[in-house]
Amino acid sequence: MAKVPVQFTLNGEEKAEFVDSGATLIRVLRDKLGDTSPKGGCHQGTCGACSVMIDGELKLSCLTLAETCNGVEILTNGGLAKDGVLHPLQRAFIDEFAAQCGFCTPGMIMAAKALLDSNPNPSREDVVDALSGNICRCTGYEPIIRAVLTAARSNSQNAA
Amino acid sequence: MPLALKTYPTIAEAGSALKDGGARYIGGGTLVIRSTNEGDVSFSTYVRSIDPVLSAIKVEAGRATLGASVTMSAVARHPGLSAIARAAKAVGGPAIRNMATVGGNLFAPAPYGDFAVALLALDATVHTTTGDLGIDEFLAGRDGKVVASVSFDVPSAEKFRFAKVSRIKPKGVSVLSIAVVLDADANGKVEKARIALGCMADRPIRARAAEKALAGATLREEDVAPAVAAIGEGIQPLTDAIASAWYRAEVLPVHFRRLLLE
Repeated sequence: MAKVPVQFTLNGEEKAEFVDSGATLIRVLRDKLGDTSPKGGCHQGTCGACSVMIDGELKLSCLTLAETCNGVEILTNGGLAKDGVLHPLQRAFIDEFAAQCGFCTPGMIMAAKALLDSNPNPSREDVVDALSGNICRCTGYEPIIRAVLTAARSNSQNAA
Repeated sequence: MPLALKTYPTIAEAGSALKDGGARYIGGGTLVIRSTNEGDVSFSTYVRSIDPVLSAIKVEAGRATLGASVTMSAVARHPGLSAIARAAKAVGGPAIRNMATVGGNLFAPAPYGDFAVALLALDATVHTTTGDLGIDEFLAGRDGKVVASVSFDVPSAEKFRFAKVSRIKPKGVSVLSIAVVLDADANGKVEKARIALGCMADRPIRARAAEKALAGATLREEDVAPAVAAIGEGIQPLTDAIASAWYRAEVLPVHFRRLLLE
């Protein structure tokens, strides 16, 4: 199988890999780079569990070809904690009991991060809209929405 | 089987490369990579172009030109396109909107392609590698075409109406979608209407009988009744996991009436 060289930044670290031609980004992140935080749920763009940020935009790693990621910055839930301290969204998801089985959580957190990066004080409706591409099969949406609102509040308190 | 990705500097070169058997043009990947992931082995090569022109939005003198690679989010947030932002926001969730393209939406099979429904109502011109086509003509024979851009007159917010009906709010697959562009005189009498429907065939279609019935009407309950009665003429709705053809046909007049009277 043809191999193609790809270089990008993953959670702040330079990565250079030879990937299978036609491989999706999620395969490369999980199988080659060991970042198992993006989950492969549907591989159809329906569930959002594979959500990552590419150059600051929320994208689905199951529908992105790794070869198209040359020179980009990729951020995953696996890279949000810094120096042993959880990201405020991760902390809020724990505090609000927003993860049951946890499969959708990394995607939910990335979708929430994309929201808070552009809108630090979202309304409940903004949160619902931002998470609308992410499915939780435990149907624990209410605690998830609460967690995002809590994280937004704690961010704005820290900023004040 | 390995899948090769071939990248070309221009859309014309990508278009030529598509003539080789087993090649598919890839825009945002939300349709093509999805097919691959579902086991479609009918192609072995992805073809794309990274010409920056394809990602450009131009709004000049009331006319908008959207490159084929322009994403739904880019349309939704563009200040010159606020009148039609609703149609771009109707596509997918935030991540899909950051990937899904204007060009791809023109090829999306029902129940997808809600933005193309809007483009059909807007009477867009589709600029392909083999010439410019009116969108009606383009949609009728879209297979094998390579789109560089689309252009249309940007309507005022009052002229453009759009509804997407789905079972899950705020985001779900279409039961149906309706786009209407209304030209009305000073007294609110409709002079001309262009009505496009999604999920009422394998691709967006015009509701010509309703367009005729709406001409000369004002947007009042009793006046729109003939158009509402005619909205289902010629439709062949699809049956899928979201809704049956029967259900889609039953609720179409209900949503069309609401859209006219909103």
